[in-house]
Amino acid sequence: MALQLRRKTHESVIYIDRDSAPRIMPSGEDFILEDLPIGTRVLYPNASIKGLPNREAAIRYALNHPLGCDPLFAQLEPGMRVTVAVDDISLPLPPMATPDIRQTILEIVLDMLAGHGVDDVHIIIANSLHRKMTEWEMKRMVGPKIFSEYYPDRYYNHDAEWADGLIKIGETRHKEPLVLNRRCAESDLLIYVNINFVPMDGGHKSVAVGLCDYESLRMHHDPQTIRDSDSYMDPARSELNHKVIKLGKIVDEHLNVFHIETAINNRMYGADMDFLLRNEDDFNAFDRMKFEAMRYTMSKLPRAARRKLLHSRPAQYEMTACHAGKTELVHEKIVAKGFEQYAIPVRGQCDILITGIPDISPYNVYSILNPLLVQVMALGYHFNFYRNKPLLKKGGVLILHHPCYDEFDHQFHPSYIEFFNRLLPETRDAFTLREKYEREFANNPSYVEMYRRGNAYHGAHPFFMWYWGENGRQHVGHVIAAGAENAHVPAILGWERADNLTEAIAMARSYVGNSAEITMLHQPMIGIADME
Amino acid sequence: MAGAAFYDLEGTLVSTNLVHTLSFYARRQQGLVASFKKSAATVLSLPVFAVTDQYSRKVFNDLYFQRYKGQSEDRLRYFANELFEEVIKPAVFPGTYELIDKSRKLGLRQVVITGALDLSVKPLMEHLGITEYVTNRLEFVNGMATGRLLPPVMAAATKASWIRTYTERENISLSDSYAYTDSMSDLPMLSIVGHPAVINPDMRLRQTALHHDWPILNLK
Repeated sequence: MALQLRRKTHESVIYIDRDSAPRIMPSGEDFILEDLPIGTRVLYPNASIKGLPNREAAIRYALNHPLGCDPLFAQLEPGMRVTVAVDDISLPLPPMATPDIRQTILEIVLDMLAGHGVDDVHIIIANSLHRKMTEWEMKRMVGPKIFSEYYPDRYYNHDAEWADGLIKIGETRHKEPLVLNRRCAESDLLIYVNINFVPMDGGHKSVAVGLCDYESLRMHHDPQTIRDSDSYMDPARSELNHKVIKLGKIVDEHLNVFHIETAINNRMYGADMDFLLRNEDDFNAFDRMKFEAMRYTMSKLPRAARRKLLHSRPAQYEMTACHAGKTELVHEKIVAKGFEQYAIPVRGQCDILITGIPDISPYNVYSILNPLLVQVMALGYHFNFYRNKPLLKKGGVLILHHPCYDEFDHQFHPSYIEFFNRLLPETRDAFTLREKYEREFANNPSYVEMYRRGNAYHGAHPFFMWYWGENGRQHVGHVIAAGAENAHVPAILGWERADNLTEAIAMARSYVGNSAEITMLHQPMIGIADME
Repeated sequence: MAGAAFYDLEGTLVSTNLVHTLSFYARRQQGLVASFKKSAATVLSLPVFAVTDQYSRKVFNDLYFQRYKGQSEDRLRYFANELFEEVIKPAVFPGTYELIDKSRKLGLRQVVITGALDLSVKPLMEHLGITEYVTNRLEFVNGMATGRLLPPVMAAATKASWIRTYTERENISLSDSYAYTDSMSDLPMLSIVGHPAVINPDMRLRQTALHHDWPILNLK
């Protein structure tokens, strides 16, 4: 088995040998060097697919040659009411260098609308129960021209708690309601502008989730749905995706949606930091110098400054595909393109899975990766980056590397604080939390106001973050937080802690044996382990 | 056991403070000269009010309510509705209505506890549909204000004490109750409920809220 495992299957799969260089691991705002045990399998992100040379042309082509419906220009009539909904700041990660793809699409679409005499146009950010984007973020996303023309009256965030701004458009046969943004639902045409970052993004999720209210969302954002998703990054085996498709059918019955989806490559960093995505054995002297310079600089800065520095580095993603038209037809093509970029063929599960947790998540853009978000990245996203079967064996050990500091952003994550300090010490059972406390948090007047008038995540959002780790929690035997700077955060999350990776591996081997197969995800990476 | 939502008023649900009310009455004295003199005295008192409010809410109250000395009860009551329409109603924060509405839907009793005067608060309470409120009351002798308050004086720890008595009497759970204020002087009130929150806080209260991980709201 071991020999079979170690057979090189793909250029993104590397095995540690006697003379292998130490590997770089993110740990919060730090990057550390770790010597891994010989035989450890390391998964790297795939080489980037080359971006389209002329993305404006590709977008125009998609609009004029849509899948399953008339071209956009043919659907426009003077005087009609059109709403353009766009993905929020939770993707791509980190936020991409300007001009954002959404800006380019909007410029083309708005120009086309104006050219056809369509004046009644609103742009709505489909933030669902995520925090509302700040004015600065909104301006950055669409560029100063669109911003000055549309903000704030015709360019704004969706508000899932504004009763007058919502309308029920239907319900599933299980009586699950679908309440959507009224402006979108009552428009003659809804154009959705998407960036597909991971396979669970886009498709019917864009409208049915991005523009819904709390009661609609909680019907599928629940522990059982996540348990039944194997994984939620694999649309075909994701119960979450199946439920969202049912809601999408209702959307298609009542709304005229013209869906624009884009796929991007995985160029997370520019030339100055792209060594973080490469095999350390292939580093040249200049790469090593850059890493040491970065590490030295970071070591001299306080944590907040390191965080600020990392958040100031925009990603260099390039668009690799754009399709438009009917939601399902478009989404199918874009997901296929995404897997082309992300899928890494992997043979054999491992006993110990190691993942460094970088300061990157959909929920901490320009903010702190608090303990709940560390949890959702480890047991949620990183665990779920697989297709067919988990990378980690059932009952295996997940080692994450993060300081696990007890810090929260009071402006963005107020309800997370109460969830973490009041609820988790009482129970970590997702079903109990949902039944006993979710509605209390969702209806807490303070949290509602902070969501509506401030930039806070919805009061119920920390629950969804906890559910998001549910299938990981059920699958993993032990979780060890290596490098945790305190004992209480791992304890509250139900984890063990270790001072460093070496100690964590020794602890893990005590559970799964000395011959344990070890795999490390070389973070930061967007990659799907395509299990044989 | 049911819960309640306890609100401070001025600076919390409305943007006005006690000085706005005093200024309003100062401008409506009998005759131009009296109005001018009273207004000028109010303006000159502002720095003193500001300093004493930072030092002690009790000292502030002693000084502040002295400014009402000699004013007739009839006159104060006569202008109360005008004060509400002209000064207080436009100053209600947009988020106030939603906060109260959301809170009411949770089945929480709505209670306002304020250091403002009863006669200036009543129209606002009717406007917000709040029937339970406790205020400060001026002492009147022969229809004229003495510049003193009748006990209990609603400020700082007295508010917390009043809440304790009220919740015991009404069989309300403090753990399930909410409290909202903008002022550091209301820290005791925030400390005794299960769900404290601060609204538009000053620097000191903001730091305290951050330290205790309390929600910080902006209803503007």
